[in-house]
Amino acid sequence: MSELPKLPKVYAAISMPLEGMNRLRKLCQVTVNDRDQDPTRQEFLDGARGMDALIIYPQVTVDKELLDTAGPQLKVIGTFSVGLDHIDINLCKKRGVKVGHTPDVLTTATAEAGVNLVMATARRIQECIRAVKDGVWGTVWDNAMWLAGKEIAGSVIGIVGLGRIGLAIAKRLAAFEVSKILYTGRNSRPESAESIGAEFVTFDQLLEQSDFVIVACSANDSNKGLFNAAAFKKMKNTAILVNISRGVVVDQDALYNALKSGEIGAAGLDVTTPEPLPTSSPLLTLPNCLVTPHNAPCTVTTRNAMCELTVDNILTGLEGRPLKAPAF
Amino acid sequence: MSELPKLPKVYAAISMPLEGMNRLRKLCQVTVHEGNQDPTRQEFLDGARGMDALIVCPKTMTVDKELLDTAGSQLKVIVTHSVGLDHIDIDLCKERGVKVGHTPDVLTTATAEQGVALLMATARRIQECIRAVKDGVWGTVWDNAMWLAGKEIAGSVIGIVGLGRIGLAIAKRLAAFDVSKILYTGRNLRPESADPIGAEFVTFDQLLEQSDFVVVACSVNDSNKGLFDEAAFKKMKNTAILVNISRGVVVDQDALYNALKSGEIGAAGLDVTTPEPLPTSSPLLTLPNCLVTPHIATCTVTTRNAMCELIVDNILAGLEGRSLKTPAFLY
Repeated sequence: MSELPKLPKVYAAISMPLEGMNRLRKLCQVTVNDRDQDPTRQEFLDGARGMDALIIYPQVTVDKELLDTAGPQLKVIGTFSVGLDHIDINLCKKRGVKVGHTPDVLTTATAEAGVNLVMATARRIQECIRAVKDGVWGTVWDNAMWLAGKEIAGSVIGIVGLGRIGLAIAKRLAAFEVSKILYTGRNSRPESAESIGAEFVTFDQLLEQSDFVIVACSANDSNKGLFNAAAFKKMKNTAILVNISRGVVVDQDALYNALKSGEIGAAGLDVTTPEPLPTSSPLLTLPNCLVTPHNAPCTVTTRNAMCELTVDNILTGLEGRPLKAPAF
Repeated sequence: MSELPKLPKVYAAISMPLEGMNRLRKLCQVTVHEGNQDPTRQEFLDGARGMDALIVCPKTMTVDKELLDTAGSQLKVIVTHSVGLDHIDIDLCKERGVKVGHTPDVLTTATAEQGVALLMATARRIQECIRAVKDGVWGTVWDNAMWLAGKEIAGSVIGIVGLGRIGLAIAKRLAAFDVSKILYTGRNLRPESADPIGAEFVTFDQLLEQSDFVVVACSVNDSNKGLFDEAAFKKMKNTAILVNISRGVVVDQDALYNALKSGEIGAAGLDVTTPEPLPTSSPLLTLPNCLVTPHIATCTVTTRNAMCELIVDNILAGLEGRSLKTPAFLY
């Protein structure tokens, strides 16, 4: 292993599990934003100035201003995510700044969160919790249909984006005796799809046929606001939308209207615009809209693994070696 | 098909989906307990008097000597809106020649899905997530990336108490989650069910000690009331999650409260409680790591309609003196 320069400087915009951070601290001079809040833009710029490496996450944008502020000595950025839409990748390439991320280690936890949202919305868990706590249980029966949910068995699953995470979700749902699994995206993925018998269709076909629409694609310019009023119109009235991708893929005003009017059945969102979602958001008034605080990758196992991988990315980048999990 | 007697009388202690009920109404004189509350004991007895058939469900409608005496000797068939039979004195019904039907199989899938839903919801702390978003806590806590960190199903040990139809359906689904292993326990080995999914038979204590998720899917009988008591919770891992879709009586709720409060176990997801409904004052409802759903495991549109159709089939068969479609026992 080539020798590390004396105490390279690392700024971490977020704190991470202590075990992994301590490994980094043995070899680097680490400054951490260890408050519970995101750094402000100014705090982030100030923290980045003069650094050899940065640890960031999707709330923090890497653009020309950031790279200029950090300085030409910046060698590597490690993002605590698999998503890269908050980073100007082309500019990093141009300036010779390596970028690492955390694919694969977070696939399982994120897929489990996706399935969890499917089941929680199908069985109206949010309404169930309220009904029990408000004492409604026992006062409504509705011809045996009170709080009747939606079965996964016999349903059509539609995955938007059959990448690592989308495929992992599909594999799990395949054990629930679903009717079929459809997927859509920019390219068909025959190797992945064949393993689970998933069928490639157009976006519109997926919307029209699916009982559960699961958004697991990476976000890019072509799919911002993909789920708009027109898309919700094409979906079944009983369909459930689950989004574990990025908030920007969904037009939230259109979603609110679609849920309120019964254009679609329900939604489960782990990602929103903005994040955190303000408590005043009208989405939070809807019994059929379940929002979780962007914690799909957040299990003890996976957070530790993400931390270790980020530290590996930083150390290899500082040593001038190929990153463990490079973005490019 | 033998001819039905003129307008046999049916009392339904619960209302059911209208389509199925209308089929019954074409052939019988049906009285339904309307409204959203269960009938009181007296209302149930009064409703049953003189009936040829009864439709009941496990809530308050106990079928015992008093009920059978009140109904009268003309009673031919009782069908329960459940697979469970612990609210019915089966031996007495047999003795008196009253056929009993129930709704196995049609409700297996919905119940299994609810079991998995509860397991996932508790693993990922959905109840706390919902609160954190609505209370504006999101964005104010990070905790070194561990805020609201959940438990992974992958790599975990699943323990199924009761590998019957429902337990097996749950195990099959969880087998797709890269679990480490599936254990099961019960009164008997079930190699036909267990072998295809590689489930391993262990003692109750072994299951408690080794499992990350303990799923209670057994039928209830005298031997397993209060099975989950203080001693059981002590044997479980501190991080273990209990899911109960069986019957409330299988769990000692005071012991459960203590175990959750003290960290003896990690969390619980309950679709069944004692009593039902669970009073809003129950201390279990103060715990962020206790998720209670209102006994709706069988409640999907598909399944409730299927249960209704099966109940009607059982009632008509019983009234015609034929074998029931899904009898609780055979003569």
